[in-house]
Amino acid sequence: MELLGVVSFLVFFLIQSSFFSLTSIGLNIQWGFTGLFNVGIAGFFAVGAYTSAIMTGPHYDDTLFGGYDLPVPVGWLGAIVVTAFVAAIIGYITLRLREDFLAISTFGIAVSIQLIANNMDQLTRGPEGLYSLPKPLEDLSASPLVDNILYLGVCIGVIGLVYWGFERILRSPWGRVLRAIREDEHAAMAMGKNVFAFRLQSFILGSATMGLAGALYANFIGFISPTDFLPIFTIQIFVMVIVGGSGNNLGAIVGSVVMWGVWSASDSLIAAVVSPDFQTQAAAARIVLIGLILVLMLLYRPQGLLPEKHIVSAAGRMKLKGED
Amino acid sequence: MIFFINCKGKLKEVAIGSRSKAIFFYNQSNYLCQKFTIHMLKVESLVKDFGGLRAVDGTSFEVKKGTITGLIGPNGAGKTTTFNAIAGEFPITSGRIIFDGEDITPLPSFKTFRRGLVRTFQIPKPFAGMTVLENLMMVPKGQLGESFWNNWIRPKAVMEEEMRIRDEAVKVMEFLNLIQVAEERGGNLSGGQMKLLELGRALMSDPKMVMLDEPGAGVNPTLLGEIVEKIAELNRRGLTFLIIEHNMDLIMNLCDPILVMASGQMLMQGSASEVQNDARVLEAFLGGVAEDGS
Ligand SMILES: Nc1ncnc2c1ncn2[C@@H]1O[C@H](COP(=O)(O)OP(=O)(O)OP(=O)(O)O)[C@@H](O)[C@H]1O
Ligand SMILES: [Mg+2]
Repeated sequence: MELLGVVSFLVFFLIQSSFFSLTSIGLNIQWGFTGLFNVGIAGFFAVGAYTSAIMTGPHYDDTLFGGYDLPVPVGWLGAIVVTAFVAAIIGYITLRLREDFLAISTFGIAVSIQLIANNMDQLTRGPEGLYSLPKPLEDLSASPLVDNILYLGVCIGVIGLVYWGFERILRSPWGRVLRAIREDEHAAMAMGKNVFAFRLQSFILGSATMGLAGALYANFIGFISPTDFLPIFTIQIFVMVIVGGSGNNLGAIVGSVVMWGVWSASDSLIAAVVSPDFQTQAAAARIVLIGLILVLMLLYRPQGLLPEKHIVSAAGRMKLKGED
Repeated sequence: MIFFINCKGKLKEVAIGSRSKAIFFYNQSNYLCQKFTIHMLKVESLVKDFGGLRAVDGTSFEVKKGTITGLIGPNGAGKTTTFNAIAGEFPITSGRIIFDGEDITPLPSFKTFRRGLVRTFQIPKPFAGMTVLENLMMVPKGQLGESFWNNWIRPKAVMEEEMRIRDEAVKVMEFLNLIQVAEERGGNLSGGQMKLLELGRALMSDPKMVMLDEPGAGVNPTLLGEIVEKIAELNRRGLTFLIIEHNMDLIMNLCDPILVMASGQMLMQGSASEVQNDARVLEAFLGGVAEDGS
């Protein structure tokens, strides 16, 4: 019985970690590879979550849209497309401007998206949220644990696919240009690269990945509401990427699991040792703890747990495999 | 009969005998247009203000095809700013820039590069976190693999092109004595090596014209001699150069004509001996600022 409890917890923990991991990979292509400072991560995650919820969810009497009961994979595809579309519009407007405008505007967008989720009852049911969302493969068994193990498999499959795709594309001349833009946008432009176009592509790709993560989250939890998408989520993702090693996708995954572990452990610790009267104050201490880890990391290991690869492109080495 | 060819927006008159010849010429008009243009670069009344400061003040000059033109002048004369303006680094205040017969005044730097105009930076701008080899490999224009989709649809073609580009980069590194730091990060190079990397990137771009901003600064004399030879050799193969330099040996041996700038204006131009014997030039370099800049 004990063991079953531990396994259940572990599976649940890893599923949650995969939402963070996928989002972190999305941020990594933007921040780690291209140097784009997107502080609206929670917003893109929310767009993906709501899109899938609306597409795959049941019919609610009080909404004008939604209740399409579509298959979950269709909802996930929809989440990717819609988030990419939103990112394309935002990116098209802001990526031409000075760098800091991206940060300001993405932050504003994330806040607006949360406001929309809170107030556009006909679409999102406001603070009450969308519920009874379908979970893929849940009909296969009656045991919640088996359900979760299957879902974890799905998550790992999705992350694996995204990871493989990103590794491949980032090791190409295309990825090499992203790295060059991160290093010096003026020099990249002087070398004939359309910096705006590359940034836009990177921004869309990263944001769509965040949207997909949101969709995975929505269909796992089965119930979403605006409070799921607070700015703290954005901060968590940044810390995960920096701790794991920005510019390294495996690092983004490792950082996500580690930092989500720290977060959850501190949660349990607070629940166990702090008296109920002070629980909220103690919860705030977790944020301080995360901040402390970030500062220590930046001081003593700024490259992260897994540093980025020295050589970006597959062909960019003096001795290639198979050559003498 | 008189026939007009459309030469990049301007009509040029050509006298031609028959209609069939006219059609032939019409089809060749692009080629003819190139032949008519003896100037690779034409700068007309260029002005660039930085706030209240007029860094370039109505400069006009031309760079003829196939020349190695020098650009000298005291510190702060506006030479680098002129380069930046031509390359499209920033919008200019007024003036016109014609490159190979086409008006490139409004074009941003990535577009002037694609037209075949490449420049190096006086203060090197290597991609610090990338290796020397990759600094060079990222340069060639129109790489297949720079398109997101080609990497999925035509991975083999992309890889083949990568191999070609790598071979070329290796050659450039061998020439510039950078081969032993091929996998070192650009940011870890010495100052002189960074200048060489700047030059290397320019050589990777297959340009029509190269603008070098103080290529000799910080480079050891032996290697500088080789670079001068390389520039001369590339020039013999048809490449046009515009070179800013404070090293007078390099300028006087390599460049003809030489343009002299002072206080944002073009002071004079001429051959090495003309420049050396000009009183205005001496005054500009030795005593303060020239009064008259016509
Ligand atoms: N981005 C800028 N913003 C403001 N002022 C500038 C800028 N770039 C150049 N200037 C000013 O324009 C003037 C000309 O500078 P420029 O760099 O073109 O000189 P230069 O002829 O290249 O000199 P040097 O031989 O020392 O390199 C200087 O007074 C400089 O302070
Ligand atoms: Mg200068």
